[in-house]
Amino acid sequence: MTSPLEKKLKIVGPVLITANRLNDGAVIYRTADGRWTTDFDRAAVVTTAPAASELLEAAVADDLGAVGAYVAPVKLENDGRARPGNLRERIRLKGPTIVLPAPAGLPVTAGL
Amino acid sequence: MYIYDELDRTLVAERVSEFRGQVARRLSGELTEEEFKPLRLMNGVYLQLHAYMLRIAIPYGTLSSAQLRMLAHVARSYDRGYGHFTTRQNIQFHWIKLKDLPDVMADLARAGLHGMQTSGNCVRNITTDQWAGVAPGEIEDPRISSEILRQHSTQHPEFSFLPRKFKIALTASAHDRAAVRVHDIGLHMHRNGAGEVGFEVIVGGGLGRTPFIGKTIKHFLPKRDLLSYVEAILRVYNQFGRRDNIYKARMKILVHELGAEAFAKEVEAEWQSIKDGALALDSALIAEIAARFRYPDYEQLEDSPQQLAQARAADARFSQWVDNSVANHKVPGYAIVTLSLKPEGGTPGDATAEQMDAIADLADRYSFGEIRVGHEQNLVLPHVAQRDLAALWRALDAVGVATPNVGLVSDIISCPGLDYCSLANTRSIPVAQELTRRFRDLDLAHELGRLHINISGCINACGHHHVGHIGLLGVEKNGEEFFQVTIGGRADEQARLGALIGPAVPYAEVADVVEDIVAAYLELRARPDEIFLETVERVGVEPFKERVYAAR
Repeated sequence: MTSPLEKKLKIVGPVLITANRLNDGAVIYRTADGRWTTDFDRAAVVTTAPAASELLEAAVADDLGAVGAYVAPVKLENDGRARPGNLRERIRLKGPTIVLPAPAGLPVTAGL
Repeated sequence: MYIYDELDRTLVAERVSEFRGQVARRLSGELTEEEFKPLRLMNGVYLQLHAYMLRIAIPYGTLSSAQLRMLAHVARSYDRGYGHFTTRQNIQFHWIKLKDLPDVMADLARAGLHGMQTSGNCVRNITTDQWAGVAPGEIEDPRISSEILRQHSTQHPEFSFLPRKFKIALTASAHDRAAVRVHDIGLHMHRNGAGEVGFEVIVGGGLGRTPFIGKTIKHFLPKRDLLSYVEAILRVYNQFGRRDNIYKARMKILVHELGAEAFAKEVEAEWQSIKDGALALDSALIAEIAARFRYPDYEQLEDSPQQLAQARAADARFSQWVDNSVANHKVPGYAIVTLSLKPEGGTPGDATAEQMDAIADLADRYSFGEIRVGHEQNLVLPHVAQRDLAALWRALDAVGVATPNVGLVSDIISCPGLDYCSLANTRSIPVAQELTRRFRDLDLAHELGRLHINISGCINACGHHHVGHIGLLGVEKNGEEFFQVTIGGRADEQARLGALIGPAVPYAEVADVVEDIVAAYLELRARPDEIFLETVERVGVEPFKERVYAAR
């Protein structure tokens, strides 16, 4: 399998680095200070290929913290806030778009 | 039920122990993800969008009530209170944590359950007719041959690293409920002119990116030769199947490129060298396996008891459910009951822990403790006394699994799609849910008759869209969800791939398009009992295409 680092990174617009946490698979994002967070708003958003490559390289090197790190697109709102750049990333952030079957006594949830 | 022996129990226990060590080494950093991934996949552990997913095999679709309770326990204790029955007689849990998995597997092993053969390039979980052993007219219980194949293929060293995954399905009834013609090997049991029992062997079927209906390479394979012939096929595939391109690695591509006749010749040559060796099945061995299947101690009952007729007369809802969800059993006075996991607005194939527990209790009370899982993502109680049907129905209705829509327009097969799956391009569950709302009118559904809608959220076709009477395939275009629509597919003994009706339609219009197709069918059908498939066969795709695209 080709490592994501061996592919020449091309980006169009702002991006972030995301992965799944090793021990539970939770969606996580790479922060500017080289940590992982589940808080999308704390993700480092970059706009150039070298900056994205640098973030990705460090993320992939952290094989114990995260699985399957990759570059994901971001859209910037007028106020500068980032939001997921496509449906897949929206679903990863907010959860399934359907109402999950709720066990008795628990509230139902739905994303998006 | 099949009673596993000490060897099986030891094998599963050893696997749990191995996996516990592997997870510990992964979490401590001793194993990299690259090293760990193939190990977790050998145990059915995938990483999806939100969490790990654990896929558990339900060999030949047979579950005991104790096993179903164990699945409920896993759903409740380690997941989010529900599980998803798939199109391959498996169940998936979508919110599992890696750190919990060794305990999950240890719990499952106590009930004889595991994730072996649910992933990786091995022989996958052997699937068969969910009515095995109880269907009237069946030649013999196909689970006996399925179990022989399961035992032979489990951890078979020669076939653990095939070019790609390998799926075998088997049926022993004239009407194929196991979709055997869209598997790598399909085995259709029948009798030859001399009355001997054997198999039609069909190879190279499959869906996915490059769909094929399988080709028959042997019209009659004696039972004694089942293992040796299957082994010969696997050897030919293992030798000649492509390993350089994952998209061309399935056996269907090899069969297509070589041609069925040339492929059969290769198999025949290989088979001749092994057919009379250790793999020849003698009748004593078959009898030994068969003896480990325990059948209920059926009572002597009469068909159509008076209390059933009275209950039907007294309650139209019950009567409609009997007509739809209850089938004849090979034993007089008994019935096969299908439990619909397709309620209005629900996710096809999902069951909550509470439902699983309730169904397990009902299986104990009314079905000799046995449950079946079908590839259409419904459950079955296979041994219900007809006199108990009314009481059973009330209990099933109370837990939401008695929607009388089995085989009808709202009995939709759907993959999990982009709501869970990392391979998907589009969502499929919300499409299925919207369609169940559009077709909530059960009188209309019954008026339409047999009509299967199958939905896949990507080209991998886990939702079997190619063989849906109406097939919906999700594709992504410029970041938006679209669906290709096919009609006329079928998965039974006359299996056929559906034909595309035109350009893909936007996600928001899919339900409208299906309604248009259904409306066209109602106008086009020659008589009320001409089912959708027959109308498509008679008039072709064009009238449906005109109807759908004229207004778009």
